[in-house]
Amino acid sequence: MAIFKERQYVRVDVDQERDESLWMKCKSCGELVFKRRVRENHNICPGCGEYFFHTAAERIESLVDEGSFVDGAEAIMADDPLEFVDRKPYTERIAEAQEKTGMADAIILGQARINEIPIVIAVMDFRFVGGSMGSVVGEQICRAIETAVEERYPFILVSSSGGARLQEGLFSLLQMAKTAAVRQRLADEGLPFVSVMTYPTSGGVQASIASLGDVIIAERGAMIGFAGRRVIQSTIAQELPPHFQTDAFAFEHGFVDRVVNREDLRDELATLLGFFAEPA
Amino acid sequence: MSDERTLDLLEAKIEELRKLDEVDGMDLGKEITRLEKKLEDLRRELYSSLSDWERVRLARHPKRPYALDYIGEIFGGFYELHGDRIAGDDRALLAGLARFDGRRVVVLAQQKGRSTEENKERFFGMSRPQGYRKGVRVMALAERFGFPVITLIDTPGAYPGLESEELNIGGAIAESLLAMSRLRVPIVAVVIGEGGSGGALAIGVADRVVMLENAIYSVISPEGAAAILWKDKERTKEAAAALNLTAAHLEELGLVDALVPEPLGGAHKDFPRTASALKDELAKQLDELAVRPIGELVSARYERYRSIGRFRPAPDGES
Repeated sequence: MAIFKERQYVRVDVDQERDESLWMKCKSCGELVFKRRVRENHNICPGCGEYFFHTAAERIESLVDEGSFVDGAEAIMADDPLEFVDRKPYTERIAEAQEKTGMADAIILGQARINEIPIVIAVMDFRFVGGSMGSVVGEQICRAIETAVEERYPFILVSSSGGARLQEGLFSLLQMAKTAAVRQRLADEGLPFVSVMTYPTSGGVQASIASLGDVIIAERGAMIGFAGRRVIQSTIAQELPPHFQTDAFAFEHGFVDRVVNREDLRDELATLLGFFAEPA
Repeated sequence: MSDERTLDLLEAKIEELRKLDEVDGMDLGKEITRLEKKLEDLRRELYSSLSDWERVRLARHPKRPYALDYIGEIFGGFYELHGDRIAGDDRALLAGLARFDGRRVVVLAQQKGRSTEENKERFFGMSRPQGYRKGVRVMALAERFGFPVITLIDTPGAYPGLESEELNIGGAIAESLLAMSRLRVPIVAVVIGEGGSGGALAIGVADRVVMLENAIYSVISPEGAAAILWKDKERTKEAAAALNLTAAHLEELGLVDALVPEPLGGAHKDFPRTASALKDELAKQLDELAVRPIGELVSARYERYRSIGRFRPAPDGES
């Protein structure tokens, strides 16, 4: 609830912090830029236009009408069905990610309005174990869709994910089938599903729910694809073009309807939702 | 498996003795019986306590029966249908009409190659977008005519490569998942060898999911998991164990409905017996599914997938 009041990321306390924390160096142009200006500019570098990562909360804030978001998630968290331990126990990874992000898992969902049009929105957060889809992310996407069906609202999913959560094994893989199946409920009810692909939308997320939107929009700078550059090169050692799996690549090959600048995304969604919302 | 080589040697020796016994009329009967018993004991010892990694090796064994072997043995008159009608025909994912146990069915099957030449043609069993799109097209045909769909899964994974990505392999897999989740005919999926990630699941959404005893099914290969999670390519055995990818583990986790037993040493040690066991299981599953009204079946399939996942309530303070 009320994530924008309680968790103001970056902006909070900024004036009390020491000088260097007011500024950040853009990894793209190397300029020192004022953090607050970056944040007010949709996390885009005011100097060169480079996009910095949006957290899920920042993403929601930048897309929906001010103050309209109501967190609709019943708080659930990963259950470690395989008692998975790699270099560290999965439970520890989850605890660390929760500590770092203040989130229960890699997704936020709730009801909001865009240009006064009510919607259900779910947004993934890459900081949480790479935005990976395990049982929790899969379940929350399904619940978001079910809420949209109950309320008869359009559904918007903003993906930022490396793919399936490996530590939950086949449970994670099967979330692809689960979300794909549940997606059909929206179609049956005549409710639009807009899939927004951001950096990155890959693996099991790209190969399931994210690719099943009625309309698919790529944010400029998105990385979109199934098997990553490294996987391909380690499996078949193939030469890949420089724009491989970029937004331009996805558009050129017809995976996405449109490529949209981050600062225009909200207006784009408003236009699209407005079209679907018109009485028949 | 070095122990497996010992068994093969012993088996060859017994064969040799048997020939001597016949040709020269030497009385080796007793010796042969003794060695055969020894072989059986060794085999039981080696294969009754296989590690998960050893099962991975069996699932990928070069002599393991492939989809076309089963199709030839237990399906009748396989009539292959080619092409996705857009970009080509994938030779790693086959589709066609067939007869099974007195029924007309549609079969989708992932096929690995035996020779280098064949593997080149079949991309080592890694399906491309053309394959998944062909699958969706042929399943739509099955739905129009009310033919049940049987899928045989055996792939290291979807083919990773430039052409695959250009043809949106992720989108092709997603469309197949969606199509199978609502297809209005019974579907039985069988993992006969390797169930490699999204490339396997893409033809694995079904009313019943069956695995051969030594088949594996995983979100990622043990090699991939070792590299990504352990940052150490050598840790494949640990990764294999952690992933719970064997048929027995997955049945215990409730993700697989039935296992088909294999002879000691794997399906290739007695292919006719394995095929016959698979045939019995398929017939049983299809019989059970055939009597249910299709609407009820599709709803049950939906509920099956809707309910997959393990999570728990989060403590207060986490949103």
